[in-house]
Amino acid sequence: MKRLLDRLPGFIFLLVALSALSALALIIVFIFYEGIPIIAKIGLGQFTLGMSWAPGKGEFGILPMIIGTVSVTLGAAVLGVPVAILTSVFLTEFAPAAVSRIVRPAIQLLAGIPSVVYGFWGLTFIVPYIRLWIGGPGLSVLAGSVILAIMILPTVISITEVSLLALPRTYKEGSLAIGATQWQTVWSVQLPAARSGIMAAVILGIGRAVGETMAVIMVLGNAVALPESILDPARTLTTNIGIEMGYASGDHQQALFATGIVLLVIVMSLNSIAQATLKRSQR
Amino acid sequence: MDPFLSIKRCNNSLLKRIGIILVSLGLVMLAGCSQAQKAHQIIIAGSTSVQPFAEILAEEYMKLHPDISIDIQGGGSSSGIKAALSGTADIGMSSRDLKGDELSLWSAEIARDGLAIIVHPDNTVDHLTSGQVQDIYIKAVDNWAQLGGQDGDIHLFTREEGSGTRDAFVSLAMDNADVTPKAMVQDSNGAVRQLVGDDPGAIGYISLGLVNDDVKAVDLDGVAASHENIINGSYKLSRPFLFVSDEDPEGIAKDFIDFVLSEEGRQILTREGLVTRDAEVQP
Amino acid sequence: MRLNPKTTQALAKAVIWGSALLVIVLLLFILLFVLIKGVPTLSWQFLTENPRDMGRSGGIFSTIVSTILVTLVSVAIATPFGVGTALYLTEFTREGLATRIIRFSADTLAAIPSIVYGLFGFIFFVINLNMGWSILSGGLTMAMMILPTIIRTSEEAILAIHPLYREVSFSLGGTKMQTILGAVLPSALRGIMTGVILSIGRCVAETAAVILTAGSSLRLPESVFSPARTMAVHFYILVREGISMERAYGTAAALIILILIINVGANMLINRFVAKNH
Repeated sequence: MKRLLDRLPGFIFLLVALSALSALALIIVFIFYEGIPIIAKIGLGQFTLGMSWAPGKGEFGILPMIIGTVSVTLGAAVLGVPVAILTSVFLTEFAPAAVSRIVRPAIQLLAGIPSVVYGFWGLTFIVPYIRLWIGGPGLSVLAGSVILAIMILPTVISITEVSLLALPRTYKEGSLAIGATQWQTVWSVQLPAARSGIMAAVILGIGRAVGETMAVIMVLGNAVALPESILDPARTLTTNIGIEMGYASGDHQQALFATGIVLLVIVMSLNSIAQATLKRSQR
Repeated sequence: MDPFLSIKRCNNSLLKRIGIILVSLGLVMLAGCSQAQKAHQIIIAGSTSVQPFAEILAEEYMKLHPDISIDIQGGGSSSGIKAALSGTADIGMSSRDLKGDELSLWSAEIARDGLAIIVHPDNTVDHLTSGQVQDIYIKAVDNWAQLGGQDGDIHLFTREEGSGTRDAFVSLAMDNADVTPKAMVQDSNGAVRQLVGDDPGAIGYISLGLVNDDVKAVDLDGVAASHENIINGSYKLSRPFLFVSDEDPEGIAKDFIDFVLSEEGRQILTREGLVTRDAEVQP
Repeated sequence: MRLNPKTTQALAKAVIWGSALLVIVLLLFILLFVLIKGVPTLSWQFLTENPRDMGRSGGIFSTIVSTILVTLVSVAIATPFGVGTALYLTEFTREGLATRIIRFSADTLAAIPSIVYGLFGFIFFVINLNMGWSILSGGLTMAMMILPTIIRTSEEAILAIHPLYREVSFSLGGTKMQTILGAVLPSALRGIMTGVILSIGRCVAETAAVILTAGSSLRLPESVFSPARTMAVHFYILVREGISMERAYGTAAALIILILIINVGANMLINRFVAKNH
């Protein structure tokens, strides 16, 4: 009897874990279950490389959305990563303690701002100025990139910071000891040494950008056609789901789930690469 | 001082905290179950164009029947029709005619609403023909100069595919031609109005009742977009506001619809800018 | 042109301070934009009155209540399951292929876009299970969204405990359960709570997953089966429909202040109550 009582906690925890994990499995299974039929019906190539998304006519090509996601994300990385890395270096090497005590929580706060607020801010300050100073309708890949660049800053900064702090102090001290300046040390010794961690940070930041929906719906213009320049409006995989999920039914609804499958695959790949990169940096 | 006293103390406070959370959750759930939900509550979902009017009607109705709750949800005409079909909503709102499989639904027209084609107030173009509107929206013309206005790209706004407003526009103003995939898609009347009001090169279409000083409604085929012109039939872009339901409405739903179709309901709608049956002049 | 190292040092320093400054300026820009325009609208009346006339007049009381209820439901469901799963993974299993797969899955699920959770929740809870647009649908959907995060952060917090704590508890004759409740959880509590608070913040800010699961009805919710409009959704609708910019800013300001309170206040609470026990 005592034996049984001893095993009880383990059993209960097993049940808890099983229910939690099956709930998570449910999502993945459900998404595949709902999305696979349409991919089977029109073919994976036609779906992912099809140029035309016109549910009314039964056309479900998501290439414009894939390009939209890729260009907006790439733009966000190009704009955001340098700033993020420099800011991490600031926090670890150049900032006086009092300043970093203010800057670090400030960056955390940036991460907590709701994406609808970002979107509205972008609609008010970024979109009109792109239209006035650069061109196009303002609702564009560029606007999306700018907003996303700001949104991924906290992620990239914090992970880069962790990677830099994890470096053995001897790297830095050795370099300074032979007479290198602070910047030379950072540029030639610390950043290269933390390379894997920084790469993982960037990949995770990109993952965050890929998943963003609300802010992007507000500033991207959501045109279904392929964007031909960064000043053109575009649609991403996520905003496509967001705009159409309220009323989609039948094949159309399945196509949205299939888009979800594509997003899942993208996120899984990004995650695996980031994990593998992080592991390499720990060796 | 017993060094493990702290561990024993933790034990109790933690359990207490878990207990409090579970009990509150239980109470919340209990409160939910104890109310006979469905008997006193209906859900109305659908067209964002109809929504503001449905909300006003519901507010009035709930003042007369304080024990009834009416919840109103947006999502677009197709979403509302779908919700009515599946039973997720008691009443669906639509700003377009039913078609295809939807014709099996019960429906009632509660009012008619106009569709205005809007441009920026500073745009020198005041009149457009149907042919010109069509050319704009299939991208056969893309510069305002081609329409007699000032040189500048035409920035095109449309609603999402499930929108009743879009459907009405396509069937009434575009003769069912396909809207170009380059048109920028927004998910509400208000968003289209705001964006057209900010951009001198923009054009879009919204509910007539929502036109304000931020935008300018153009004349279509020589007829001004106005309340009177809809009543006398000279302005062609008018669409029905429908309440739909999967079976003949009963109970609260029936009572509410009767209220909406009654003298009192129609007075409210007319006051808010719509055209109701008794206001229409028979040709 | 070979630059003097002293020059590159000075240049680099300027650029680095510049980018940190840029980040701060952006943060202030966004925050002040909302707060300056929104705080004037915040009054006791605004916060305690329900919205009227689709939000054109009145306050935001029902949205505040809705936000709290949806967040409460999702955290109340996700936390026990999340912490329990983490405990199972660390205390009752051995490190192996199974745990690594679970960890990888949890990490992946934590990164899935919230709109996908929203799509799932809308079709599965609202339509298929016929729960309709309700706090429960929204809460369950968000619980699934935050579950992976809570599992991972709890697991990491538990793994970070010095094994000595466990050994001492066992050596005193404690059973597995007593060890968990008396030694493991209290030590890991800080890390676990941080994960929970992060998730609370995410729930409060979330729009994509909530708008089609909890609905957008403006009335004060009567129970978990009522539809509910959260503050983030209310802000989005007010802004998109152009209903009342004044109230939109007010809602956003209230939302941001709420998030500030959650972040700062919760961290203070953790430091006070959790640290005290050590």
